[in-house]
Amino acid sequence: MKRVGVFLCWCGSNISSAVDLDQVAEQTALLPHVVHVEQYKYLCSDPGQETVRKAIKEHALNRVVIAACSPRMHERTFRRAVGSVGLNPHLMEIANIREQCSWVHPDKVTSTPVAVDLVRTAVAKAVKDIPLEPSYVGIEKRALVVGGGIAGIQAALDIADSGYEVVLVEREPTIGGRMAQLDKTFPTLDCSSCILTPKMVEAGQDPRIRLLTYAEVESLSGYIGNFEARIRMKARSVDLDRCTGCGDCWNKCPYRSPGEFDLGLGKRKAIYLPFPQAVPNKPVLDRATCAYFQKDGKCQVCKKVCAPGAIDFEQQDEILEERFGAVVVATGFDLWDHGRYGEYGAGQHPDVISSLEFERLVSASGPTDGKIKRPSDGKLPERVVFIQCVGSRDEAKGVPYCSKVCCMYTAKHAILLKEKIPSSQSYVFYIDVRAAGKNYEEFYRRATVEYGAQYIRGRVSRIYPRGDSLVVVGEDTLLGQKVEVEADLVVLATAVVSRSDAPQVAQKLGFSYDQHGFFTEAHPKLAPVETNTAGIFLAGACQGPKDIPDTVAQAGAAAAKVVRLFAKDQLETEPTVARVDRARCAGCEWCRPICPYKAIEMEAVTERVGSGQVARRVAKVNPSLCHGCGACSVACRSGAMNLLGFSNEQVWAEVEALCL
Amino acid sequence: MKLAYYPGCSSHGSAADYDRSARAVAGALALELVDVPEWNCCGASSAHGADHRLAMYLPGRNLAVAAGMGMGGVVTPCAACYSRLNRAHHWLAEDRRRWLELSAAVGVPYNDVGKPRSLLEVVVGDVGLEAVAAQVRRPLKGLKAAAYYGCLMLKPPEVARFDDPENPRSMDDLLQALGAQPVRWGFKTECCGASLSVSRPELVEKLVGDILDNASAAGAECVVTACPMCQANLEQRRSERHRLPVFYFTDLAGIAFGLSPRELGIPMHLGEPLELLRGKGLLAAGEEGQG
Repeated sequence: MKRVGVFLCWCGSNISSAVDLDQVAEQTALLPHVVHVEQYKYLCSDPGQETVRKAIKEHALNRVVIAACSPRMHERTFRRAVGSVGLNPHLMEIANIREQCSWVHPDKVTSTPVAVDLVRTAVAKAVKDIPLEPSYVGIEKRALVVGGGIAGIQAALDIADSGYEVVLVEREPTIGGRMAQLDKTFPTLDCSSCILTPKMVEAGQDPRIRLLTYAEVESLSGYIGNFEARIRMKARSVDLDRCTGCGDCWNKCPYRSPGEFDLGLGKRKAIYLPFPQAVPNKPVLDRATCAYFQKDGKCQVCKKVCAPGAIDFEQQDEILEERFGAVVVATGFDLWDHGRYGEYGAGQHPDVISSLEFERLVSASGPTDGKIKRPSDGKLPERVVFIQCVGSRDEAKGVPYCSKVCCMYTAKHAILLKEKIPSSQSYVFYIDVRAAGKNYEEFYRRATVEYGAQYIRGRVSRIYPRGDSLVVVGEDTLLGQKVEVEADLVVLATAVVSRSDAPQVAQKLGFSYDQHGFFTEAHPKLAPVETNTAGIFLAGACQGPKDIPDTVAQAGAAAAKVVRLFAKDQLETEPTVARVDRARCAGCEWCRPICPYKAIEMEAVTERVGSGQVARRVAKVNPSLCHGCGACSVACRSGAMNLLGFSNEQVWAEVEALCL
Repeated sequence: MKLAYYPGCSSHGSAADYDRSARAVAGALALELVDVPEWNCCGASSAHGADHRLAMYLPGRNLAVAAGMGMGGVVTPCAACYSRLNRAHHWLAEDRRRWLELSAAVGVPYNDVGKPRSLLEVVVGDVGLEAVAAQVRRPLKGLKAAAYYGCLMLKPPEVARFDDPENPRSMDDLLQALGAQPVRWGFKTECCGASLSVSRPELVEKLVGDILDNASAAGAECVVTACPMCQANLEQRRSERHRLPVFYFTDLAGIAFGLSPRELGIPMHLGEPLELLRGKGLLAAGEEGQG
C-alpha cells in the first residue's frame, strides 16, 4: 500500500505570493495514494525538515513529495531528512514549483494550475519509486600527472606532500616547461629560473614522486579511482641509472644543430642537456641529429668517452602499465606561428622575432648570455618595436580570444630592454592594455613612466626592411594618423594557443576540449579544475591562457581535488544508473557506442533453452562509470535498458499524470 | 585549353602592349583565348562609387555572355577587371535570386561561368609551372626582379580567393620558373594609388616612389606587374631619379619563351626596358636596336 505525503513550501513569499497554495493543497489531497498534505513557510529549515520527519512517522508515509525549489538546490537536504527516519532516500521526489512556476508565471491565476500539475506529476512518479542503494568502489591512491611544467610540478609536489605517490610524465627530456625558458617574471621581476629550479629539484628528489621524462601517455582506460595508463618511455639512448651527468659526452660530441630549448637561436650537440639546470640532470641522445644513427654508424664518440658506460645505442622504447586513482592534466601551451602574417614578413625577417625568442635573448642562460643581440648581425638594438595581439583577437587570421599574458610580459620586456640597453627606446603597438591583476597596472605604469616605453594605440599594417633596419608602418588611432617607426628589432606578442596535438590528447585521455583545442572544465565557475570525466583534473594553460600565479593556484586546486578523493577509502557511487534487463537484451550493442562514458561492456551469459544451453552476449553497465544520463535507455530498442530512479515506467507515469 | 577572354578597356588603350604579350604568351602555352563577344566596360573605378547595382550588372553582363560561350571559364589580364568580375561573381553566388534580377536587367540569361580568373592565375594554376618551365628557351639568368602584385588581384581575400593576400608567392614562383631571381621585398601588395593618379598626382608620386625605392633597395633590377594600372602608374608617376624598368609578367615570360620584344609590345613601354634585357644578354643579335 503506497502512502504518499505531500509537503508544500512557501519559500517565504517566493512561492506563496505567486501561487495559491491552499488551492494546490486542496486538489492534491484528492489524488490517489495521497494520505497527507501539509504547508510550511520554510521547509528546508530545521523545523521545516522536522515537520516532514514527524509526518512520516505519524502517518506511516512510505513516499514523500516535496513541492519547493529546484532539486539542484535542496534534493540532498530532503533525501537526508527522509533517510534519517528510516525511509530509503530515493523514495522522495521534488516538484519544482519555484524556478519552474512561481518565478516565471505572472500571477496566481496562471501559476496555480501549473503548480497543481507539477505536484500531480511528482506524486505519480513517487508512487513508482523503488528503494535504491549506492554501490562502492575502491580507490588506487596514486596520481598520474601529465606534463612537467610549473603546473604539473606544483600539482605533483602538493599531492606528494599530502602523502600520496605521484608519477609525473613529461614528454621532453627534462621537466621545467615554458617557465624554464623565461627570463624574469612580471610584476615583481624575480628571475624565473630562481623560483622554478628549486621546485624542479624538489620534484626530482621527493621519494614519493617518480619522474618519467622523455615519456608520453599512450592511452588511459578505467574510471575514477581505477585508471589504467600505458606510458611510452621513449628511447633516450642513455641509461639513467648509470649516467652521472658528468658532461663528457656532450662536450666531446662533434655535431651541432639548432637547440629546441633556445628556439633555434642557439646550438646544441646531438647528445645534450636542454639547459644546465635540467631535471633529471642527464642528457638525451637525439637520434635525428646523431651521426651514428643518421650517417655511418661509426662516430660513437660519446660512447667512447663515457666512463660509466651509460650510452646505449640499442635502447628501445619501453611501455609501462600503471594504475592510478586520479589524473592531473597539465600539458601547457604553444605560441601561434607568426609566419601566417605575410604583412609582417611571413616569418622570414630574422629580426622580427616572437616574444619567447626575446625571452631567450634576454635570459642570462640564453644563447647570447643575456646580451640582447639581434639575430641578423648580433648588433645591440637601439630601437625596438613590440607589437601586441599578433594572432590574438584576430578572427580573420588568428584566434578570437585574448591571450591574457602578453600585455604584462611586453611591459616587462620594455623594462628589461631599457635596463640592459639604457640608450634604447621601445615602442609598443597595442589595442588595449589589459593589466587586471594584483600590482599589474602599477607595473605597466612603471614601464611607461619610469622606463619611457612609448605606447601607440593601433595596429601595424606592414613591416619591411630598409637598409639594415626595419620600417614598421601602422596607425595611431588616438591621433588618427599613419605612423612609421624605424626599428632595429621587432618583437611580436604571438597568441597563446593550445598544443597542436591537444585534441588527440583529450581524446586519448577521455575528456572534452573546445574549438581552440583548450581542455574544457566541468563548469566555468563552479568546477574550474574538474573535467567532465570524474577523476581527471586540469591545471595550467592547457585549459586556457594563464599567467604563472593563476597556473600555480589552479595546480594547487587540482591537487586538493585529488587529495580529497584519496582521503576516502571507498567511493560511493550514485545509485541512479542504468540497469540491463538481461532477459530482454538482444545483445545488439546499439547502446555501447552511444554511451559517452564508456560504461557499457558486453558479457557472455548462458541460458537454458528447452533442454539445452545457449550462450549469448548481453550488455553490462559498470555502475562506477555510468553517470545516469539515460542515453542508452532511449537508444535501446527492446526496452532492456532502464535508468534507476528515472525508469521508463516512471517517466510514462509522469507523462500520463501531466497530459491525460 | 580554351578560355573566354575578357580584355578590358586598357587593352585597347594604355595597355595595348599588355594585350599583345598576353596573347603571345597564351599562344606559346597552348591556351586558346576567345574574346567575349560584344563585351562591355567592367565598371572599374567609377561604377561602384556611383551605384551598387550598376557595379554588379556591368561585370555581371560580361559573365553571362562568357558563360554562353561554353568555354572552360573566363580569364582577364587586367587586375581591375579581375576585381570587378569577381565582385559580381561573388555577389551572384551569394543568392540565386540575383541571377534572375541580373538576367532581366541586362537581357542575357545568367549562368555561372565559374570563378573569373586572372591570366596569372591561369598560367600558374592551370598551365602549371612545370609546363611553363618546359617552354623556356632562354632562361632569364641573373635577372633580379621584384614581383609586384598590387592590391586588386588579392583583396578582399574572400572575394579574390587567390594566393596569400599579404605575402603572395605565385608571381615569384613563376619568375623563378622562367630562370629569373625574384627578390624578397616588403611592398609586394602596397597600393600604387592608381585611382588617385589624375586627381591627386602628388600623393601618387609618393606611393610610387616608395614602391620603386623599396624594390631598388631589395636589389631588384626591374619590377614585374600583372596589372595595366600598376604598370602605367609606376612608369608615369615616377620621379626623375627612378630608372627601374616595369614589365608585365607576360613580357618576361615571352622573352624567356624566345619571343621577340616587338611581338610582345615591349617597345611600347615608356621606360627603357630593352637596355636591361640587352645587358643581361637576353636579346639575340637581330633583336638588338629594335627599341
